[in-house]
Amino acid sequence: MAGAKEIRTKIASIKSTQKITKAMEMVATSKMRKAQERMRASRPYAEKMLQVITHLSKASPEYNHSFLAKEREVKRVGYIVVSSDRGLCGGLNANLFRKLVAQIRDDRARGIEPGFCTIGNKALGFFRRFGGRVEAQVTHLGDKPHIEDLIGTIKVMLNAYEQGEIDVIYIAYNEFVNTMTQQPTIRQLVPLKPPEGGPTGPIWDYIYEPDARLVLDNLLSRYIESLVYQAVVENGACEQAARRVAMKAATDNAGGLIDELQLVYNKARQAAITQEISEIVSGAAAV
Amino acid sequence: MAMQIHVDIVSAEGAIHSGSAAMIYAPGEMGELGIAPRHAPLITRLKPGDVRVEDEHGQMEHFYVSGGMLEVQPDVVTVLADTAIRADSIDEAKALEAKRRAEDALAGQTAEFEYAKAQAELAEAIAQLRAIEKLRKMKAS
Repeated sequence: MAGAKEIRTKIASIKSTQKITKAMEMVATSKMRKAQERMRASRPYAEKMLQVITHLSKASPEYNHSFLAKEREVKRVGYIVVSSDRGLCGGLNANLFRKLVAQIRDDRARGIEPGFCTIGNKALGFFRRFGGRVEAQVTHLGDKPHIEDLIGTIKVMLNAYEQGEIDVIYIAYNEFVNTMTQQPTIRQLVPLKPPEGGPTGPIWDYIYEPDARLVLDNLLSRYIESLVYQAVVENGACEQAARRVAMKAATDNAGGLIDELQLVYNKARQAAITQEISEIVSGAAAV
Repeated sequence: MAMQIHVDIVSAEGAIHSGSAAMIYAPGEMGELGIAPRHAPLITRLKPGDVRVEDEHGQMEHFYVSGGMLEVQPDVVTVLADTAIRADSIDEAKALEAKRRAEDALAGQTAEFEYAKAQAELAEAIAQLRAIEKLRKMKAS
């Protein structure tokens, strides 16, 4: 007899694991909805800013900001890597890192050295193992990330760019396609792609207070911050979506496992009863 | 109908207000601004303070902004509000913190890391206190 009691405890323990994964799935579902809302809420700001910047770059072409400048020869690149703080979300972070590592290999083959700024625990842990210069990091942003917490990390990168230590900044994050699909994405952040299209309509200019340069400086750094913030929020939505899928799979697997074990248990129980009966019968026959 | 102007107040973390108004008052960097419909296009930085939106019935709505940008076009006003208290020195301090966090985390032990985290949080709190003090002084003067 294959230990009916042992099988029973095994089933009980899988059942409690299933309860946990089920709960995590439901929590992730509700958090995902909230994260999606945040994703939508942050859009008008970035759109509005892009409008103003587009207009500014057309209205005052004499002042060329370094963030808008033509691409210079690339010797060093900076990556802002957005990841989740916690695991148990399927291959979300691993997929992103794999894509990133492939690009870094390409860069290294061409003699380009990368520097990193990490957002989230997983990226930090990864680059600690992978080796690479982590210039700045921030972790534990929680479910409601605030732009305030990101400013420092972004500023490190922008400073390095302005001082010519790095020539291009990329941001790596997961793009939220839909609840089932998350696309690891690496996008160029700085220099900003110049807004396309020539001047349209009559050209007019703003009155600037205090002056155009300061205003544009301010706008651009804020715009970049808002882009990073959006990436963080989007990655957050991806994390919850991926966790939901992973936990659903785990719950289903636990269900399957319980069914199988239940069958084994029933067989063991039946075998035990049969044996007992045959023992009694043979005992009675012996008397 | 009286002339109206459309106002959008947005921050990076979400839209705050959208609607039409008869007049808007905002704390511009070079001084208080009053914006009526058909104002000349203008763009300015905002100081921390009160943005007031007056509707056609003379009702005032107040929005506190901790800085940001104000864009005026003849029939649209956009306030790009900051959600954080911003000053160059604070930004710089945050950048340094982010750097130090990275160094500490790479150097490694968890205990030290926790210590560094606490330290960073303390520095953040101090920076914020400083900003609040600055704001108070500005209000007082």
